[in-house]
Amino acid sequence: MRISRHFTQEIARAVIWAASFSTLAVMFWILYQVLREGLPLLHLSFFVEGPREMGRAGGISSTIIGTLALTVVAIVIATPLGVGTAIFLREYTREGRVSRIIRFGTDCLAGVPSIIFGLFGFVFFVIFLGMGWSILSGGLTLAAMILPTIICTTEEAVKSIPYSFREVSYGLGGTRWQTIRKVVLPNAFPGILTGVLLGVGRSVGETAAVILTAGSSFLMPDSLFSPIRTMAVHFYILAREGISMEMAYATGAGLIILILIINTVANWLLFRYVHKG
Amino acid sequence: MNKEKLLERGFLLVALSSISILALIAFFIFEEGLPLIWKVGLETFLLGDRWFPSKGSFGIFPMIVGSFWVTLGALVVGVPLGLACAIFLCELTPTKVGMVLRPMIQLLAAIPSVIYGFWGLIVLVPLIRNHLGGPGLSILAGSFVLGIMILPTIISISEDSLRALPRIYKEGALSLGATHWQTIWRVLLPAARSGIVASVILGMGRALGETMAMIMILGNAAQMPHSILSSARTLTTNIGIEMGYASGDHRAALFATGVVLFFIIMGLNSLAMVISRKGRT
Amino acid sequence: MEDHFKIAIRDFEFYYGSVMALKGLNLSIRPNQIFAVLGPARSGKTTLLKSLNRLTDLIFGTNHKGQMFIDGQEIYGENVSLPELRRKVGMVFDLPTALPLSIFDNIAYGPRLKGIRERNRLEKIVSESLQAAVLWEEVKDRLQSSALRLSGGQQQRLCIARMLALEPEIIMLDEPCSGLDPISTASIERSLMTLKEKYTILLVPHNIQQASRVADRVGFFLGGEMIEEGSSDQIFTRPANKKTEDYISGRFG
Repeated sequence: MRISRHFTQEIARAVIWAASFSTLAVMFWILYQVLREGLPLLHLSFFVEGPREMGRAGGISSTIIGTLALTVVAIVIATPLGVGTAIFLREYTREGRVSRIIRFGTDCLAGVPSIIFGLFGFVFFVIFLGMGWSILSGGLTLAAMILPTIICTTEEAVKSIPYSFREVSYGLGGTRWQTIRKVVLPNAFPGILTGVLLGVGRSVGETAAVILTAGSSFLMPDSLFSPIRTMAVHFYILAREGISMEMAYATGAGLIILILIINTVANWLLFRYVHKG
Repeated sequence: MNKEKLLERGFLLVALSSISILALIAFFIFEEGLPLIWKVGLETFLLGDRWFPSKGSFGIFPMIVGSFWVTLGALVVGVPLGLACAIFLCELTPTKVGMVLRPMIQLLAAIPSVIYGFWGLIVLVPLIRNHLGGPGLSILAGSFVLGIMILPTIISISEDSLRALPRIYKEGALSLGATHWQTIWRVLLPAARSGIVASVILGMGRALGETMAMIMILGNAAQMPHSILSSARTLTTNIGIEMGYASGDHRAALFATGVVLFFIIMGLNSLAMVISRKGRT
Repeated sequence: MEDHFKIAIRDFEFYYGSVMALKGLNLSIRPNQIFAVLGPARSGKTTLLKSLNRLTDLIFGTNHKGQMFIDGQEIYGENVSLPELRRKVGMVFDLPTALPLSIFDNIAYGPRLKGIRERNRLEKIVSESLQAAVLWEEVKDRLQSSALRLSGGQQQRLCIARMLALEPEIIMLDEPCSGLDPISTASIERSLMTLKEKYTILLVPHNIQQASRVADRVGFFLGGEMIEEGSSDQIFTRPANKKTEDYISGRFG
């Protein structure tokens, strides 16, 4: 009995629909689960108080500060490096040996797993440079992790600037640096911002590398050399050590909301300014 | 003129940062880990199945096996579903719907792995324990969650590959009387093969590199797993669990695990780069 | 010897990689005239213009032989300042290329690059340039609005004004009227006649008719070589070379 190809098509179609639907459903279910339990627990006091009783009670204020501090350090370091790299690749060289090496390094860096970054950060920043478990160690490690992202998005943005803009600027007597400063960078800004936001999102969610380099103290940090706990790390510890499911849900919900906000803004920027619809 | 030259040098220096960081990472990881591999012996390290740090036994074969099974399981879950979604997005939905769904999938890619791990712990593990037996903390649970985590990678890259195909492929097939599905199955998918393979390899890389979610749901028994319901450890979780309190040779062994992981992932990523470049010509 | 010519080109050849775009070029242009660079596509016209202000330097893999002199100075010489050269030899391209800035900032872009900061001086420069480009009346009330909102013809005049703001000595226009309506074209041609009193103008005309309308002298280019050069009168009525004659009479184009 020959199965008609139209029948095969209907089956295939149904299978694909079912598969896609269930896939998306499961993915949303995961978010829903945490949000459902956690959202109701998010009061103002949760964000303002610090963890008490090892996290069984209280809030997550110190972890919020920790997350913020770590992210800021990472962005402050990675953005100039990333933008500078992208500018160099697109404005100062043409495709050749140097740019191939740089791209290779960037692509490879993008593929290194976070636990390896954690090991590296530990042995290099914490031990070798003597910074100890600290915001600085963690932030620098994160900077290395988000560098490829910033390079990539900045390059995309710079690439999309029409050559004619540059030609006009040079034609009017501009030097290379003037052209970069007055034409390239301002026009690439939305793309750069997108990369920065994506980097922020990554920093907020990163756990493995952070635990190994920033420690896990839930006390308020008093300097860049203090160890801290980020929201993601706090969430992980609460869940794994079974300290408090309630607190875990709440922290998780907060984490998800934060990430959703950051990424929505980044995607919107990407859509609106970089890919130009 | 001088200022311009200076700036050019400056930018060059900055641009070398990524390759320098990569070199630093390789250097320090190797510096910490290689001595232990020499000490224990490469064969013993890679193929030994006894991991008893307190007794000085450092064999990571159970972890290699664990990584292998979990990753394989993740691919079994992630690749068919991911491809289905890619086909769905590319061929079966109107553009407007795609414009909504695609950012959503990107969003899901940004959710931290600890959230996925948490869900696995709360929902999946008890489910497996109650219905299939075993501790629940198992390779099965890990594969499933990992499969879901690599979905965005596979979906977005495969879909891009499908989209990038010249329209003529589809139109040509259809005009020759093929059904839509026949066109997809026999023309489009094979044509996008290199992109799809690249996405799978990248997904594999991601799966192999995942740590936190796996710590939460794999059970972390440092023994050879004997079924998918067994508890297990991967190369990554091995490091993640014990790094907090390891010292001396133990710590070096964890770095050595990192060395092995580094090689595997670098190899995979290079493979993906080569394949996707070949496909583009 | 080269002094009384504004521009003197001697045995000039230009290559994009290994492809020769200009060969054996010998040309002298006196000041204050409109010189039309005539010829079909791919004759090297744009290359000629862009090598005069060395915008070709921006493209990798180009090189040249021979010399180009402006006011007796070799522009490919050792210590030539590119920014200064490009301010001296201004260029307008074939597509309107307004920067995504306000009208005022577009015109002020060049002067600001030079280091001029005082508001009053910039305002004066902007208004004078816009008047010289015959755009002032139309935009004087909306200098702060985006230049991208102007029509094609207005944007092109903006580009002319932008270039004039730097007080060049030589102006080069590469098919400035392509894509413009007849009225804008006529207005730009009119401004050229006024501008030539102050500047030396190189023009790649949109078509033969435009050249015959405005040019003082004409050079006919084909395949990278200058086939013939002479006064406008002479080229259009009594061309010496058969190829020139064929092109003028439309036998190929």
